[in-house]
Amino acid sequence: MTSRSPLARAGLMLAVFAAMSFCVGPFVFQAITSLTPDRDIARTGLPSTLTLDHYASALAGRPFMHVVQNSIVVSSVVTVVSLAIAAPAAFAIVKLRVRGKRLLLAAALAISMFPPIATVSPLYLALRRAGLLDSLLGLTIPYTTFALPLALWILTGFFQDIPDDLYLAARIDGCSMFSAFRKVLLPLAMPGIATAAILTFIFAYNEFLYALTFLSSPDKRTIPVAISLFAGEHTEPWGDIAAASIISTLPLVVVAVTFQRKIVRALTAGAVKG
Amino acid sequence: MTRTRSEDRRGYFFVLPTVIVLVVVAVYPMILAAWISLRRVVIVFHEDHFVGLSNYAFLVRDPRFWTALGNTTYFTVVAVIIELLLGLGFALLLHTSFRGQKLFRAAILIPWAIPTVVSAKMWSWIWNPEYGLISRTLPNSDINWLGMPGYAMHAAILVDVWKTTPFVALLLFAGLETIPTVLYKAAAVDGASSWRTFFFITLPLLRPTLVVVLVFRTLDAFRIFDAVYVLTGGGPANTTETLSIYAYKMLMRSGDFGYGSTLAVATFLCVMAISAIYIRMLGMPSRSQRS
Repeated sequence: MTSRSPLARAGLMLAVFAAMSFCVGPFVFQAITSLTPDRDIARTGLPSTLTLDHYASALAGRPFMHVVQNSIVVSSVVTVVSLAIAAPAAFAIVKLRVRGKRLLLAAALAISMFPPIATVSPLYLALRRAGLLDSLLGLTIPYTTFALPLALWILTGFFQDIPDDLYLAARIDGCSMFSAFRKVLLPLAMPGIATAAILTFIFAYNEFLYALTFLSSPDKRTIPVAISLFAGEHTEPWGDIAAASIISTLPLVVVAVTFQRKIVRALTAGAVKG
Repeated sequence: MTRTRSEDRRGYFFVLPTVIVLVVVAVYPMILAAWISLRRVVIVFHEDHFVGLSNYAFLVRDPRFWTALGNTTYFTVVAVIIELLLGLGFALLLHTSFRGQKLFRAAILIPWAIPTVVSAKMWSWIWNPEYGLISRTLPNSDINWLGMPGYAMHAAILVDVWKTTPFVALLLFAGLETIPTVLYKAAAVDGASSWRTFFFITLPLLRPTLVVVLVFRTLDAFRIFDAVYVLTGGGPANTTETLSIYAYKMLMRSGDFGYGSTLAVATFLCVMAISAIYIRMLGMPSRSQRS
């Protein structure tokens, strides 16, 4: 693959450049907007000087950090609960003889593909009856509909990579089924669990429909809801929106890029293992 | 492997919590939604009584439902085709070795990591008719991208393409990695052109992955809510209103839970129908267990 004609090389570089610009361009433009003074946004769109005003107003003037905190709380709770429920199930599906395990995996997959709007009305009525509307804790309940299947699939993939022999050896050495899981399999699956945690967290952090429907007071909003409803007095405050967007997405982008190998592996495992 | 019967039974304890939670938060609500769709439920009026299939009778004569169905189908078909083609291109680039490959791999994850709502807001700024990047770089065009019927839908499709093409590319790239390099070497020895290699080796061997991606992207695009809702709210003149958006408005804005549930169930049935068609046409997706 080292001998490419100059023409082919130029074409390749052009294609890579185009693809990179397409992926990164809008994000970079958003970052520039977040640093552009309002008068420049209204005039040329490009900054004549850079300003941190929008960050200052996102951090101080509006309760945006509170919103970030809401998102982190909801996403963390959903992640921990889903993993705690899914990990034993994934272990049993892979290492134990459990009848109907394929059915369970297929059902989990089907549930993760159904349109979330389909369950909005019953969940709304149920949460209302339980007094859990407009509550961050209440929001975590519908979130398990997509988080649990996701965690289950990713963890199943990771448990498959741990040799059966390790489980059997632990059993022969006198571990019970449960302690073999807790003392041998679980520590070995830790890298997989960490990856599953990152992915589940990101999916929960991104969720919009349930958060929009089940939360109503402004101080309960999560990041996607707050950003979608970001309103100024007269015109949309594009600079402030950009700053809030960058604050809330930069951590995700950093995590995604740092753990890209693991994330890509977890995302793609199910699709190509066949 | 010698395991006793009682031991097998204890295995179910590990699975039970997952089963219970899935039934309580997903399966049961879905059945309940079907039940509510047979009722007239308006919370603010404390109205709640059985009306049989009359919501469905209304549905088939509701032009707004058919428009939403058409919008959703158009969105899904166009977005998925573009995403598959563009994603395949990206995947081939990921599969090629060049300097800066690592940087490219990192860059491609950025759209995937950004929340859909944030990316939709980002694009609505780019399309802003007064100050946006597009109207500034194309100074002679006075197209209000998000405000004109016909344009707004394509603007929404572009947001979806931007957000999900990286995911498609990564899946297809993983599929490409499973194709044995021996085949490419053999083709090279036989003097096959790169086009022939692509059409006779790469594409056929990539088919299982392509099928999985096609099925997943179609079902995912069909339930689209967030990107379009944030970008256009379903407007202008309902030209971008998808089924999920229409159902949401009926439930949460009009407060009509009965008919809103009917719309939601209809969306669900469409997704089931699409799955059934795919399974018939392409066979079961190969995303099965390796055990």
